[in-house]
Amino acid sequence: MARRTAPVRDWSEDFDVLDAGYIEDPFTIWDELRQTCPIAHSNRRGSNWLPTRYEDVTAMAHDIEHFSSVEVGVIPVAVDDPEEPLLPYGLPPISVDPPIHTWTRRLLLPWFSHRRVESYEAMTRGLCSQLIESFADSGHADAAENYAQQIPVRVIAQILGVSADLSDTFTGWVRDVLEFADDRERNFSAVEALFNYFVAEIAHRRQNPGSDLLSELLQTEVEGAEIEESVVLGMAALVLIAGVDTTWSAIGSSLWHLATHEDDRKRLVAEPELMPLAVEELLRAYSPVTMARLVTSDIEFKGCPMKAGDKLLMNFPAANRDPAVFEDADKVVLDRQHNRHVAFGSGIHRCAGSNLARMELRVALEEWLKRIPEFRLAEGAELTWAGGQVRGPRVLPVVFP
Amino acid sequence: MRIRVDPDRCQGHARCFALVPELFSVDDYGLSSVVGDGAVPFELEEKARLAIANCPEYAIEELAD
Repeated sequence: MARRTAPVRDWSEDFDVLDAGYIEDPFTIWDELRQTCPIAHSNRRGSNWLPTRYEDVTAMAHDIEHFSSVEVGVIPVAVDDPEEPLLPYGLPPISVDPPIHTWTRRLLLPWFSHRRVESYEAMTRGLCSQLIESFADSGHADAAENYAQQIPVRVIAQILGVSADLSDTFTGWVRDVLEFADDRERNFSAVEALFNYFVAEIAHRRQNPGSDLLSELLQTEVEGAEIEESVVLGMAALVLIAGVDTTWSAIGSSLWHLATHEDDRKRLVAEPELMPLAVEELLRAYSPVTMARLVTSDIEFKGCPMKAGDKLLMNFPAANRDPAVFEDADKVVLDRQHNRHVAFGSGIHRCAGSNLARMELRVALEEWLKRIPEFRLAEGAELTWAGGQVRGPRVLPVVFP
Repeated sequence: MRIRVDPDRCQGHARCFALVPELFSVDDYGLSSVVGDGAVPFELEEKARLAIANCPEYAIEELAD
């Protein structure tokens, strides 16, 4: 959520990813930076670098030697006792480098494989259609809060084997961790609540194992030993945190686009077979996620003197708007043929849940367009957008016949 | 036309499989491979090019005959 921060003097040397104008329209700023200063710098919240070219972002993502994943938060997350952190490995595999990355990722991936994701589709479709029925006859809805926000959290709850009744609570925690990361008190109490919740869930599953992800991790042995509980906790927290805000933002931004671009909406209704390409294009144009990396040793990258301890903001959303790689980069072309977008990242940290996210976005749009093929923004609607780590609409009032 | 997926480059985005399931298969870890010996039937050549042009890791290569 946008808060007041000191005005930005110069985007090339004082950028602020929480600037309200940037959150609403980062695109023109990226276009200008790509021309004038493709790797911008800022000393707000530590020494941070912000690349905007596809070539640079993907090169950095692949250079895991110089750019570590031990600090992936765009806004520094409130730390507990640094001597004895709650989660010494953070949220593996996203927050670790090899070798821990390699085996923790291998444990998670099968839960989000194509085959597994297919088995979640019917449930997702039922959920979407049920949500739509709750407002379809009223002629108006908040497409973010009443719809997009409600979908991924319930699918993730099922995968984790935790109660979907707690969806609102989960959503609150995830927002406090990601969107309100610079409100330290709010941030820390959410981290603590989430941690305590999973500690209790793990204790329960040790007694009553089920067939869910948490139970399976507890029963898995790596090199002859049980997985450390803090690693299981971190992995569970990751699935919840990374699987909720991100996909909900992609669904929300896509509905915002269709609410404001009549031609695209009509085309997608008339040509539903375009959906697989359209989903990728919407992911490209409105990529929600920026991840950070920590510079491990002093390095000059494309003339930028980076110091050990500096942070890189992996600007995948800006990379995906780079005209050097995408023709008409700022235009949504629903059937775009050449689309090597990196909305799910690039390199070894490619989003482990990308198959799930893609399915949820497709099903959410299909079900919406089937029931509500005509819709637009409500007259005088006040939209709000979240930004920083994850960009997407949080209030999106739409009307329909 | 013959194609292959470079297993060292593939990071499991599964864009190829999502677009052209007739030509690719993915394992439980996301690693993609070309179905069969890599030969692309004539009627799927255009789709094979689509897959190549959508791989974010430049992992799909067209092999010389």
